Amino acid sequence: MNKDQVLEILKKTLSQARCDQCEAVVISQEQELTRFANSIIHQNTMQEDATLTVRAILGKQIGIASSNLLTDEAIAAVLERATTIARLSPANEEFVSLPGPKPISEVDAFVPRTAQTTPEERAQGVRKLVEKIAGHEILASGAYSTTTNQLGVANSLGVEAYAESTQASFSTVLLSANSAGYADRESPDAGQIDAEEIAEEALKRTLDARDPRAIEPKEMETVFLPYAVAEMLDYLAYMGLGAQSVQEQRSFVNDFQGKQAAMDEITIWDDGLDPRGYAMPFDFEGQPKRKVFFFDQGVVQGVVYDSFAAFKEGKESTGHALPQPNGYGALPLNMFMAPGQATVEEMIRSVKDGVLITRFWYVRPVHPKTTLITGMTRDGTFKIEDGKVVYPLRNLRFTASILETLAGVELIGKELKLEAGFFGGTMVPALKTKSFKFTGQTTF
Amino acid sequence: MNLRELTELCLNQTKQLGCSYADIRILRREQQELSLKNSNVENIAHGEDFGFGVRVLKNGAWGFASSRTLSPEKVKEITAKAVRIAEASAIVKQKDVLLAAVPPVTAKLAATFQIDPFQVPLEEKIQFLGRIDDKLHQVKGVTISRAFMNFWKENKVFASTEGSYIEQDKIESGGGMEAMAVGEGDYQIRSFPNSMGGNVRAYGYEFVQSLGLLENAERIGREAVSLLTAKPCPSGEMDLILESSQLGLQIHESCGHPTELDRVFGTEASYAGTSFMTPDQLGKLQYGSPQVNIVADATSPGGLGTFAYDDEGAPAQCVDIIRQGRFVGYLTSRETARVLNVPNSAAMRADGWGRMPIIRMTNISLLPGDASLDEIIADTEHGLYLITNKSWSIDDKRLNFQFGTEMAYEIENGRLGAVVKNATYTGMTPQFWNSCDAVAGKDFWTLWGLVNCGKGQPSQAMHVGHGAAPARFRKVQVGVMKG
Repeated sequence: MNKDQVLEILKKTLSQARCDQCEAVVISQEQELTRFANSIIHQNTMQEDATLTVRAILGKQIGIASSNLLTDEAIAAVLERATTIARLSPANEEFVSLPGPKPISEVDAFVPRTAQTTPEERAQGVRKLVEKIAGHEILASGAYSTTTNQLGVANSLGVEAYAESTQASFSTVLLSANSAGYADRESPDAGQIDAEEIAEEALKRTLDARDPRAIEPKEMETVFLPYAVAEMLDYLAYMGLGAQSVQEQRSFVNDFQGKQAAMDEITIWDDGLDPRGYAMPFDFEGQPKRKVFFFDQGVVQGVVYDSFAAFKEGKESTGHALPQPNGYGALPLNMFMAPGQATVEEMIRSVKDGVLITRFWYVRPVHPKTTLITGMTRDGTFKIEDGKVVYPLRNLRFTASILETLAGVELIGKELKLEAGFFGGTMVPALKTKSFKFTGQTTF
Repeated sequence: MNLRELTELCLNQTKQLGCSYADIRILRREQQELSLKNSNVENIAHGEDFGFGVRVLKNGAWGFASSRTLSPEKVKEITAKAVRIAEASAIVKQKDVLLAAVPPVTAKLAATFQIDPFQVPLEEKIQFLGRIDDKLHQVKGVTISRAFMNFWKENKVFASTEGSYIEQDKIESGGGMEAMAVGEGDYQIRSFPNSMGGNVRAYGYEFVQSLGLLENAERIGREAVSLLTAKPCPSGEMDLILESSQLGLQIHESCGHPTELDRVFGTEASYAGTSFMTPDQLGKLQYGSPQVNIVADATSPGGLGTFAYDDEGAPAQCVDIIRQGRFVGYLTSRETARVLNVPNSAAMRADGWGRMPIIRMTNISLLPGDASLDEIIADTEHGLYLITNKSWSIDDKRLNFQFGTEMAYEIENGRLGAVVKNATYTGMTPQFWNSCDAVAGKDFWTLWGLVNCGKGQPSQAMHVGHGAAPARFRKVQVGVMKG
C-alpha cells in the first residue's frame, strides 16, 4: 500500500462520517520472515495486510470498529458500526476530545533496500551464518525478517499524518551439545545487517558457554549486555512509564517522582525522532512525538501521555498513543539510555565475584509497583571472579527490582545497541550493577 | 469465483509449478470486546479480519505467503510468491520434508453455541457489565474496577492438494472482572474467574451468563482490599494446594509446551526454546507421580483447543501425554510425527490466515482424581492454598519455573487460615509433578481457556484449553520475593 492509497482511505472515511468527531487510522504492513533451525530454513513466510480502524465520537460516547476489507462498502460498514457502537455506549465522562492537529517533524525511517529484500537474499544471509559455524558441531537457529510499515492517521479536527518505515531484524541462537549463544542485529536498513558478524558473535559465545557449571544463587555483582538491559527497560516502561499507570497509582513513579531513584549517571528518555532507533514522527492519534525524559541523572522525571490521559490532567499529549482499542494507555516505543565511558571488558575487570548475563528469558512482573520482576538468563551466562570470566554458568533465575538494579549501577557502557522492543526499538548500553538477586538455577 | 473455485485455482497452480504438496486456508474472523472500568466505558470495539494463506512444499522445503485481498489475480500472485519462497528455503536445507499420511476429507462443521454473542444486543451486554463493575466499585477501598467480555467468530476453509476441503466455524465467548486496590507502596489485584481474560470457552453468550460474575463481584472486591493488609508470603518448603486455574497454567507451561514436538526437535530454539522431554525419554521418564494423568484432548466439549480438523486437515485426537506419571506422548504435526514415526496427534494450528501453522496445544488437561477439595485441605498439616495466577516464568527447556498468585490462604492443621499476599512458588518440573499426591475429583474439575499463548516467529497468539481440579504438591519452595 502506498501513501496515496492510505490517504485516500482516510479521506473517504472522514468524508462519510456522521458523528461529532471521527478518527481514522490505517496500519499497513508487509512482512517477510525467513526462519531457520537445525541449520536449515524450516519456515519461510510472507504476509501483506492493512487495517482501517475508526473511532466514532458522539458527545462523550465512543465506538471503535476495524476491518481489513478496504473496499468502499467495507469502509462505510466500519463507519456505520463504530457510530452504532458509540450511540449504544454509555458516555465516558472522562473523555474530553480527540486531539487537534499539530506540526509533525519529517523523519526518514524508510530504507528502500529493506523493502526490496528478496527471499533469496534472506536465504543467502542464513547460508552465510550457517557456513560460518561449519565444523564446530553447532546448530544454528534464528530468524531474518524484513518489514515495511505504513501508518496513516486523520481525524475530523484536522489531523492528517502519514509515515512509512522499514525494519530489518536478524537474530540467532546457536546450540552446541550443552551450550547456547545469542546475537542479533536490528536496523531500518537491511544493508546494515551483517550475517557473518552475527555468526561470529554468537559462535564465540556458544563455544565459551560449553560445559556450564552450577553455583549457589545469591545476590551478586552483575554485568548485563545490552540485550538484557533493553528487556529490563521495556518492562520498566510497561509497568510504570505510561501516564495511565501513574493515574491509577500503580507505577513506581507515584512514589519516586522528582526523587533520586537510580545511579546519578542514569539518564533514560523516549525520542521517536531519533534516527538511531526505529524513528516514528507521530503516534496512533497523529500527535507529534515529543522527547520525554524518564530519568535525568538518576532523578525520576515524567511519563508519556496519549490525549485521553493528557486531557485528564489538562496537559498535551506527548505523542505516545497506542492503536485503538487498548487498555494500556500510552507507552514509550523509542527509548534510549545515555551511554557511559566503560567497555564491557572494563566492567568485567571491576567485578570481584559476579555474573555476566547475555540476555533474559521469560521475564514477568512480580510486583509492578516495586518494579520487581522474575525471569531466567539464557544463551550465554558466565561467572566472573577477580576481574575475569572464569567459567560458564547454567542459566540462573532472578527475582529482582529494576529500580534497585538501576540504583546500584556502577558502570555504563560507552556503546549503544538497538534492540526491538514490544513495538518499536530500545537503544541501550551494557551495565554493571553492584547487586542483582539470583533466586534459582536450572540444570543447563 | 466462489471460495471453492479460488482454492482450486491456487492448488492447481501449485501443481503446475512443481510443488509436491500445497494447502490454502481462507479465514474470516470477527471479534467484539467490551470493557467497563470505574463506571466508565474502557473499550467497546468490533473488528473483522479476512484473508488467505498458501503453504507449499517445493524442492522439499516450505514456503508460505498470505494476503488480505482475496481475488483470482491475488490468489495467483500469492501462490507464485509462496512457491518462490519455498525455492529460497531450499537454498539452506539438508533433507526433503516428508509428511505423515492424512486421508482426504470433505467436511462442513458448524460452531457450537446456544446464543450467538454477536446477536445479543450491545445494550444488554453493557448493562450486564455495568452491574458487575458497580458491585466491584462499591466495595470500599477498590481503586480500580473492571468488567469485560470478549467474543470471537471464525469461519475457516481448508483445502489441500491431497483432496481435502474442510469448512469449520467456531464461536468463542468469555468474560471476567478485576478489582485493584492501592496502598502505601503496594498494589494488589483480584480477578475472577481467572486472570488474563477471565475464562473463555467455545460456546455462545450462555457461557458468559453462566460464569457467576455478578454473584462473585462483591467478594472479589473485598478480597482485593484485604490483600493490602494481608501478611506476606512466608519463605521455605511447604505443601501447596493449587486451585484449578493456577494448576491449568502450571500444566500449560510445564507439560503443554515441553511436549510440543517441534520444540523438542529444535525448530523453536530461536524463540520459545527447546524441551527437556526428549525422544529418548518417551515411555521412560517418570514425569510425575502415579496420580498425574494428562491428556491432549482436541475433542473436549467447548474447549479453546477443540476442533474437528487441525490446520493440516488431520482429524482431532485425544491422546495420553502423561499416563500414571509416565511420559508417553507428544503434540505433533504431520512432519514431526513422520520423523519420530509415531501417530500424528494433530496439533497444527495457525493464528489466522497470515501465519504458517505450527504445533500448538489443544486442550491439555490433568484428569481428575477422586478426593474432594475439603478432604485434601483437611489432610494437609501445614501449607498454602494458592489462588489465581499473577506471575509466571519458566526456563527455555521448561524445567525451572516460578509462579506467583494473586492470593493464598495459610493451611494449618487441615484448615484454611489467614490470607497471604504476594505468594510465589518455584521448582523443577519433574520434581514438582512427582510431589503431587492428591488430585481433586471431577466435581472440582474446570476447563479453562487461555487466549494469549505466544509462540513462533512471526509471533502467533493461540487460544488453548486446560482442564484441572485442585491438586496438592508436597514440599515445594515458596516465598522468593520481598514483602
